[in-house]
Amino acid sequence: MAHVSDLIATDIDAYLEQHQHKSLLRFITCGSVDDGKSTLIGRLLYDSKMIFEDQLAALEADSKKVGTQGGEIDFALLVDGLAAEREQGITIDVAYRFFSTDRRKFIVADTPGHEQYTRNMVTGASTADLAVILIDARKGVLTQTRRHSFLVSLIGIKNVVLAVNKMDLVGYDPKVFEAIVADYRAFAAEIGITDFLAIPISGLRGDNITSASDQTPWYGGPTLMQHLETVEIDEARLQAGPFRMPVQWVNRPNLDFRGFAGQVASGVVKPGDAVKVLPSGRETRVARIVTKDGDLGEAVAGQSVTLTLADEVDCSRGDVIAVAGQPPEVADQFETTVVWMAEEPLLPGRPYWLKVGARTVSATVTEPKYKINVNTLEKLAAKQLELNEIGVCNISLDRPIAFDPYEANHDLGGFILIDRITNATVGAGMIRFALRRSQNIHWQALDVTKATRSAAKGQRPAVLWFTGLSGSGKSTIANLVEKKLQASGRHTYILDGDNVRHGLNRDLGFTDADRVENIRRVGEVAKLMADAGLIVLVSFISPFRSERRLARDLMPEGEFLEVFVDTPLAVAEARDVKGLYKKARAGELKNFTGIDSPYEAPENPEIRVDTTAMSPAEAAELIVRMMDERAPDYSI
Amino acid sequence: MLTHLQRLEAESIHIMREVVAECEKPVMLYSVGKDSAVMLHLAAKAFYPSKPPFPLLHVDTTWKFQAMYEMRERMARELGFDLIVYQNPEAKARGINPFDHGSLHTDMWKTEGLKQALDKYGFDAAFGGARRDEEKSRAKERVFSFRTAQHVWDPKNQRPELWKLYNARKQQGESLRVFPISNWTELDIWQYIHLENIPIVPLYYSAERPVVERDGTLIMVDDERMRLLPGETPMMRKVRFRTLGCYPLTGAVESEADTLPQIIQEMLLTTTSERQGRVIDHDQSASMEKKKREGYF
Repeated sequence: MAHVSDLIATDIDAYLEQHQHKSLLRFITCGSVDDGKSTLIGRLLYDSKMIFEDQLAALEADSKKVGTQGGEIDFALLVDGLAAEREQGITIDVAYRFFSTDRRKFIVADTPGHEQYTRNMVTGASTADLAVILIDARKGVLTQTRRHSFLVSLIGIKNVVLAVNKMDLVGYDPKVFEAIVADYRAFAAEIGITDFLAIPISGLRGDNITSASDQTPWYGGPTLMQHLETVEIDEARLQAGPFRMPVQWVNRPNLDFRGFAGQVASGVVKPGDAVKVLPSGRETRVARIVTKDGDLGEAVAGQSVTLTLADEVDCSRGDVIAVAGQPPEVADQFETTVVWMAEEPLLPGRPYWLKVGARTVSATVTEPKYKINVNTLEKLAAKQLELNEIGVCNISLDRPIAFDPYEANHDLGGFILIDRITNATVGAGMIRFALRRSQNIHWQALDVTKATRSAAKGQRPAVLWFTGLSGSGKSTIANLVEKKLQASGRHTYILDGDNVRHGLNRDLGFTDADRVENIRRVGEVAKLMADAGLIVLVSFISPFRSERRLARDLMPEGEFLEVFVDTPLAVAEARDVKGLYKKARAGELKNFTGIDSPYEAPENPEIRVDTTAMSPAEAAELIVRMMDERAPDYSI
Repeated sequence: MLTHLQRLEAESIHIMREVVAECEKPVMLYSVGKDSAVMLHLAAKAFYPSKPPFPLLHVDTTWKFQAMYEMRERMARELGFDLIVYQNPEAKARGINPFDHGSLHTDMWKTEGLKQALDKYGFDAAFGGARRDEEKSRAKERVFSFRTAQHVWDPKNQRPELWKLYNARKQQGESLRVFPISNWTELDIWQYIHLENIPIVPLYYSAERPVVERDGTLIMVDDERMRLLPGETPMMRKVRFRTLGCYPLTGAVESEADTLPQIIQEMLLTTTSERQGRVIDHDQSASMEKKKREGYF
């Protein structure tokens, strides 16, 4: 199970004492299927004696059955996991392996080299202190080497090892090794990897893995294992930083105790230290550092603790407690780098949940400034981000958060994006910096308010959001509703899809990304009009649930009424007032809702009108009645 | 500089707190084994001075060692947990047992029992003590493992986990299995038990116990329900257990180790992997993955 040590047999207590004090290094290995990555990890496990006899027996049997080493031990079989992958002979996910030596415990993230799995590599790299980039000595620096190195640099790994593998297959030729290293150095400098250690190895033969190879007398550096055992880990750098702790959970066993539980993200904290709670900015001092084993005199980066504060300040989950003299910035708009991880593309303008530290907020992403081709590092124009694409985008939050740039602190600058409908983790990102304008433009508090404007009109504002297929009768019904409201003295306005596209939204097309932006703008305009005290009737196909939810979320509870104009596709197509369905069927109109673009019907609309069962006038009647019933305030 | 055990402890505590903060009704699965003992200890630390804000759930097969039942009651009491014991009523009614029913015993008592218990109490997150070093397919398991409303685990549809950011959001009926000690190895567990003086079931320590030898495995005669084959008579041997489960399915090893350092020493010098003692894993190397898809941990 562990490596061999004479102490185990002779003096177990001494052995345990020694091993209690080991540090922990997490690293990743990057390389393609053929670079011998699994073989290298298998070799590390094997050489550090992490393999039991029964596992070894199974390995020998498997090697004969499905091995690729002609009956010799195939170390790669030790680390391949899921059954389907094993048959294909490739790893397709992130797997974590464990081994230890006298000095350290290691956790290896085994990440795939396949083109489509940027996502997995970024995931594996996010917790790593060090990256081992594997190169096949026969092939040299390949496109995938560049890709892996770029991702390693992007995710901020400071320690890079270039393992030039399969040296046995090039006769341990130092010229081959040196040429590859020179080639790599030129490229690495471009992406900001200034420092790396190159080691000539053979995973299969064990050269320079745990012991120096006789075959490479020209190499004077450490073996891979020696380097892994001694390289400085990120923890040291984090402990030297300013104190920050995101609050995970407020601990209130009784009225006399109020503790703030979290894991220290950077720095050191002691009782009596002046701290700030962010984003509120309230200042106080640390009273105690509470643990079950007794109060601590200090806590350092990496520890999970519970702090109590000297004053009764507001502080809840998601807030950050930080050293008062050097607090993190607070902002609600950022430039970020986003890695997209879902089949569904990132749509600018669509709201996502963003989780950073212990805080989850609503976020919208702007159109990417550019995306990055991970193979060539070219910056390309982009409207959206597809699976495994990386882009630089601005992100806007619904409220300010405390943050550090990712470069300075991964815990306060790294975030994930979560789909609001499926709850899947769809992207990850890194905050580069806050946008200036979010610090300088504040919402103006005005004396004349929505309430005073509404009161002057004698009505409560509302947004009636008509959604349905093209030709379902939205505009017709909305017009009738407006006439009725006008007739009873109410102040209204109609925002119609077609009309808005002639002006405000004339720059938008019909791609998914443009549709989202279309709805976002209309939602914002409707909000401003409601703020002016109007009853706004919006007549838009608005096919996506998430965009309608975006519009809904802009409005206070009860002011947004979704009206589903329910007309089956066959009926709308038969009507085809504008002749659009005919064009779409003929292929002349792309992305037409209902034909080659989906319509997601509302699940719980406030009002549903079935146009196959009632006339437009009856529908209008119903809508006005239900509106008045739901909120009697609307009537004068 | 923190030691590896301090870092593992801090990570596990962080994970437990995330679940409590983001889930509505978490529960901790309790198997009474050494990994469970560490989980309880970590939970007590994570929420101190509050008592852990979730109950313990023991999905009982009725065939555990007597010493495990005693330990279960003692630990729940001492650490202030509410304890829920669930036994699948159908398995009980049909008298499902390890002698007559083979793998059906595990399926009904454990796999089905767990699903029933989670549904009955409406738990939306369940802590489990699985570790990634135990088995190859577990090496890829997420810390937050997402299950459909039917408790199905789809290895192709799990959420990426970056940094310390875990996504606990889910729809009504869906649930999470959360594994706070994913990154611990067996040696880490034992070292931590040693360092922190964590109580464990005495069966881990060597003692004279009545056993029979069956197909090369030593089975302890823990109560009168043990069915002896013709010619079998219990004999006293100095044995201990490396893993604990249903006593008729758990192999003992002959050993002199009766202190923790000796247990660790024996483990380090031994040459067979931990799960060998568990009869259920012997079928085939992909068996654990299949069991996971079906809802077993």
